[in-house]
Amino acid sequence: MSGGFKSGFRETARIAIEDVELIRSVETATGRFRLGRESALAELPEADAMRDHFKQIRAATLSNLKNHLQIFEANAQAAGVQVHFARNAEAARRIILDLARERGATLAAKSKSMTTEEIHLNPALEAGGVRPVETDLGEWIVQLAGEAPAHIIAPAINKTKEQVADLFREESGDEIPAEIPALTAQARRRLRETFLEAGIGISGGNLAVAETGSVVLVTNEGNGRMVTSLPPIHVAVLGIEKIAPTWAEAGVWLSLLARSATGQPLSIYTSILTGPKQYADIDGPEEVHVVFLDNGRSKLLGTKYEEILQCIRCGACLNVCPVYRSAGGHAYRGETGPPSPYSGPIGAVVTPLLFGLEDHKQLPQASSLCGACLDVCPVRIDLPRMLVELRRDSVEAGLDGAGTAAVTRLAARAFGGKRMLGLAARLARFGRRFVRGNLPRPSKRSFREIWREQRS
Amino acid sequence: MPPLALLATCLVDQVLPEIGVATAALLERTGHTVDFPEAQTCCGQPFFNSGYHADAVRLAKRTIEIFEPYETVVLPSGSCAAMIRVEYPHLFHDDPAWLPRAEALAARTFEFSEFLIRFDLLPIPRTGSADNPPPFTFAQGRIRPSAHSPATYHDSCHMCRLLGLRDEPRSALEKTGVTIEEMAEPDRCCGFGGTFSLKMPEVSAAMTREKLRLASETGAAILVTADPGCLMQMRRFADEAGVRVEHLAVVLEERTR
Repeated sequence: MSGGFKSGFRETARIAIEDVELIRSVETATGRFRLGRESALAELPEADAMRDHFKQIRAATLSNLKNHLQIFEANAQAAGVQVHFARNAEAARRIILDLARERGATLAAKSKSMTTEEIHLNPALEAGGVRPVETDLGEWIVQLAGEAPAHIIAPAINKTKEQVADLFREESGDEIPAEIPALTAQARRRLRETFLEAGIGISGGNLAVAETGSVVLVTNEGNGRMVTSLPPIHVAVLGIEKIAPTWAEAGVWLSLLARSATGQPLSIYTSILTGPKQYADIDGPEEVHVVFLDNGRSKLLGTKYEEILQCIRCGACLNVCPVYRSAGGHAYRGETGPPSPYSGPIGAVVTPLLFGLEDHKQLPQASSLCGACLDVCPVRIDLPRMLVELRRDSVEAGLDGAGTAAVTRLAARAFGGKRMLGLAARLARFGRRFVRGNLPRPSKRSFREIWREQRS
Repeated sequence: MPPLALLATCLVDQVLPEIGVATAALLERTGHTVDFPEAQTCCGQPFFNSGYHADAVRLAKRTIEIFEPYETVVLPSGSCAAMIRVEYPHLFHDDPAWLPRAEALAARTFEFSEFLIRFDLLPIPRTGSADNPPPFTFAQGRIRPSAHSPATYHDSCHMCRLLGLRDEPRSALEKTGVTIEEMAEPDRCCGFGGTFSLKMPEVSAAMTREKLRLASETGAAILVTADPGCLMQMRRFADEAGVRVEHLAVVLEERTR
């Protein structure tokens, strides 16, 4: 129960809390997303029913996931796409790096993808002689800063425009005023060169539609279109769970995704990518690859955690989370290593599940279990329940600390009978003068004493 | 009328007994006979929430046994009420012997303001009237009745999200003559979260300070909550924020004295 974490959630959060600018940036952006989501969902005639329906869709899809992936593979192949399945991060990195090298690419244009963050693709590309350039504005800022994304859909949520101006000045040597139009114009200018020169385009994918073998990409900046159409080869990387059997399910998915994320009915660009450039097309990649990443996902199927795979990474749970809003996105990390690309309530659950509970044992504790996340989740994932389950797993695995476990079990014993409680209470009252800080200070007289006095 | 049982909660019993006194006094003033089964201790929520499942199950069984004989159980705590109503049936979902007992208790358990509204007990009769002698009271008042209004109300997380109780505490206040000045995000967590406040004290404190900042922005005379846990947490930082925090039952008791 005491501190002493060298890195990890608590230590990182402690620093973030004191960073007034960071917290203000996070509050402003999440506040905008929250209000946007509320009004966008209010526009739907039956948003709640749609969310229930979507949950059924996601649950049904996952119960037959292998089959849907096979159908996707067959239909994508028929459209000229090469489909790869990567068991883990290393396998995915190797597939992508090999593709880049075989085609002689030395520059990769990337559009925002948390899945490629998850597999730490950028360092691997660099080590393999391929320079990755992030072309989503937020991701580019994060890349220039050498940081991890601080929010699933707004990676640079923690940055002020002054900090962005400094980063852009360092990158280009040009003096850029700290104003949003000037900053976006600068990014556009610099990134356009990347789109034209890149030998490979690497994107994520918000969902894959099995019946046509299509990948759907949702962006607001148009960079996704450039990344997937200008370079001669396009590689899309998706988690195996991001699959819609048909366009009927995809339609529900898209109706809820942008509304839950940013409060838009649809994002500015919704790109449907089905295979490489065809005979009559004037542009498009000559080759398209889809890499499905497992990396710990399939082992969750059929367990009490399967529901977490229903997530569509909209980020709504982050925006309402009082812990995320106080601690910032970078606090969601293990005792070692960089921050998880998945922060907030979804990050607190999925990070230990994918990357190991032992190294991420603080994350399930990083919640007051307030339940605001469940309120807004478009798939109604019971994140609080899963946090409690992870805590239960922690206790069972002995990760809660011997001291904490001993004190907790002693307290449970004390509550096990009124005689023990009386004894414990007397002890606590004796010790009340020593109680400082967070522990409750026992009252001079307990309620049961007052009751007994007045009733006798 | 058979007596109803007061489940005071461990926090009220050991840390905030005035909430138990106020709740018992009000229940009696509305014409009920109140029993405080003295074997009661803790509903098990802290153990459940921190992953000590076996301990939570033991305390839940104990609580069920103690309160089973009563037709009605009332708690001055939204989160403990939610534990019994929502989590007990979940805890025993694969235990055919205990599930019906857990469900039966859940169906008879009410959060305090919910009980007042559900059984139409408002306005609460004042003390001193001929047919309402004060059987159970404070030695002295803590706050002048005039200093209760306007109030701002903090929705405790489990009470509003798991039990859906948002209007009940507000109408209890309003029907007792307290006007409510709503704060921004009234259902934003106060930062307590049980053992969360011990395991993540810095984040917890930051959340509480933000909560109190939002409350103080309303200019309300008092911040009211229906959860002893939130109350305890918010009081720790109340002085520095210049906010006075009270439990709903205490406010209602003081205004109808």
